[in-house]
Amino acid sequence: MLPTSSQYAIQANQLDVYYGDFRAVKGVNLTIERKNVTAIIGPSGCGKSTVLRSFNRMNELVPTSHIAGEVLFMGQNIYAPEVDPVEVRRRIGMVFQKPNPFPKSVFENVAWGARLNGFRGGIGQPNIDEWVEHCLRKAALWNEVKDKLDQSGLSLSGGQQQRLCIARAIAVQPEIILMDEPASALDPIATLKIEELMRELVEEYTIIVVTHNMQQAARVSDFTAFFTMNEERAGVLVEYGPTPQLFTRPQNKLTEDYITGRFG
Amino acid sequence: MRSEAPGTGLTPYFSGNLPGRHRAARIWRGVFQLATILGMVVLALLLYTVINKSFGLVAIDNKINPETLAVNGVPIEALDKDSLVSIVQNNVSQGKFRQLEREKPMAERSRDEVYGMVIEDVVQPKDIIGTWTLVDSITRGAEITAQVQREHPNAVIKFTSWIDPQFVSSPQSSDPLKAGVRTAILGSLLTIAITILVAFPIGLGAAIYLEEYARENTLNRLIQTNITNLAGVPSIIYGMLGLAIFVRALEPLTSGAIFGVTDATTANGRTILSAGLTLALLVLPVLIINGQEAIRAVPNSLRQASYGLGATQWQTIWHHVLPSAIPGILTGTILAISRAIGETAPLVVIGASTYITFDPNGPFAKFTTLPIQIYQWTSRPQGEFRNIAAAAILVLLVLLLTLNATAIFMRSRYSSK
Repeated sequence: MLPTSSQYAIQANQLDVYYGDFRAVKGVNLTIERKNVTAIIGPSGCGKSTVLRSFNRMNELVPTSHIAGEVLFMGQNIYAPEVDPVEVRRRIGMVFQKPNPFPKSVFENVAWGARLNGFRGGIGQPNIDEWVEHCLRKAALWNEVKDKLDQSGLSLSGGQQQRLCIARAIAVQPEIILMDEPASALDPIATLKIEELMRELVEEYTIIVVTHNMQQAARVSDFTAFFTMNEERAGVLVEYGPTPQLFTRPQNKLTEDYITGRFG
Repeated sequence: MRSEAPGTGLTPYFSGNLPGRHRAARIWRGVFQLATILGMVVLALLLYTVINKSFGLVAIDNKINPETLAVNGVPIEALDKDSLVSIVQNNVSQGKFRQLEREKPMAERSRDEVYGMVIEDVVQPKDIIGTWTLVDSITRGAEITAQVQREHPNAVIKFTSWIDPQFVSSPQSSDPLKAGVRTAILGSLLTIAITILVAFPIGLGAAIYLEEYARENTLNRLIQTNITNLAGVPSIIYGMLGLAIFVRALEPLTSGAIFGVTDATTANGRTILSAGLTLALLVLPVLIINGQEAIRAVPNSLRQASYGLGATQWQTIWHHVLPSAIPGILTGTILAISRAIGETAPLVVIGASTYITFDPNGPFAKFTTLPIQIYQWTSRPQGEFRNIAAAAILVLLVLLLTLNATAIFMRSRYSSK
């Protein structure tokens, strides 16, 4: 069983991630604060997504990938042999770059994950209909889809699909939501909605978001981690700190070059 | 600097080849159209030959004119029983006469029964003089009728459809006018049912394992290569494999002996079960490869979404991968089953019966199938069998279309969800 409380949501200690023999990420030390939005920024190919995916063992779906070092979730190493990756992924949810609702109804998209994990309505507890409504409201989607819960999730617009994916993620009550460039496939208005949603959700959840959009990181995040590639093309953490500080008084020359648009 | 070639709007850097490119495009378009037209022509020719043979004029006459059987000017209608018996004795073979005698001794038969026997076995009123194709019957109908009436004044000429309800519901017979495809249809359906029941679950299971579970290593690559190659092995080789394994080695199983089936009609393992299992082996590689392709076509984002919610691998496969892959899997299954139902060579090798007149009564019965029946009829010397072979081809085509339509219906129901 995974622990339920700790000072930090995620701690990465000397994390290396490999794809086969290639080291994609090297020596990352990072502590993520609970109930904050942490943004991961950096140039293309610097291992941002790889780091994010290693936080809920999604990287293991690539057969050749493996890690060194450790990732602590609430103080427990999620790569310890006794930890079940299925449990890890329930506790640490994920929203992907491209909206990927299931080819099922809007209702089923949200209800499936909840039922899967043994959701049961009881006395004084919501039933599945109420729970789906609750999650869709949380994802600021209820008013748009309440009349078409039976329609396919794929019939929604791109922005709605992405919010459906967020509703689907929170339906299993994770503690952390990982977002991998959640707005990069969306138009500016849909992007804005997702960003507002992230600020609302952070009241209850810890959010870690990978983005290539620096303005987005500046707008939504409380903490920012800047990654870049070293000479061996491995991703390394350059600088990590509160977002206002990182954007206004970067400590590292590389960070300054990147956020001022001189590189990357 | 911009110096243009006159009228083209192009600088000398460009050769202005647009007309040439359009010409090439037209030529290729023509080539593709020609290929399509050729295909349609070949298909139309096939249907033409089959349909041309399946319908047409048939001339029927008594084999022996009853008037020639009259004794001393007394026509056979008026002869007494003893005279009729001697007519039978003089005009049929000794073996046939002994057979008739065994069925019911002549002494016990009434005069009318013996008279019926004279008509049935001596006069043979349904002897076919000639058959004509559909096109001949339409274009030269009057000419044919006139010619037949000149040569056989008593002959009956009528337009016949060789394929009719009676043809579908009658068992095999040595008389082309009575022969039907009932035993062959039942044999084909039972065989294909066993093939589907065995090959579909195994093929789908193997495809799921190879795509979703198997790791990339030498053993699995070897298995994969083997399956791909097996899909190209000639079907007669599978017939030999089936003969060795199902008919010979597993005879107690395939003949039903270990289940206590001791039917006199079982044929030492040359049963419907053996045929179904052999065809299952034949289509298995195709089913596996097709299933793998359908599963591979399911986008990875769907799997990731499922895993991201805390689904196990099996839940991901069962709830998301399979429902998305099932239309593709069914399409491939349709093709494989179509191939199996038309397969002749392996069934000949494992010993399909060419002449059985009783319905197969279960998986342990002797069997024949439609392609076997067609093959057997086309190799008969009498021309009429070619007509019923053509009719049987039509039945096979209809059966095939029905099976495919069912599968397409199932596929559209799944994919609309």
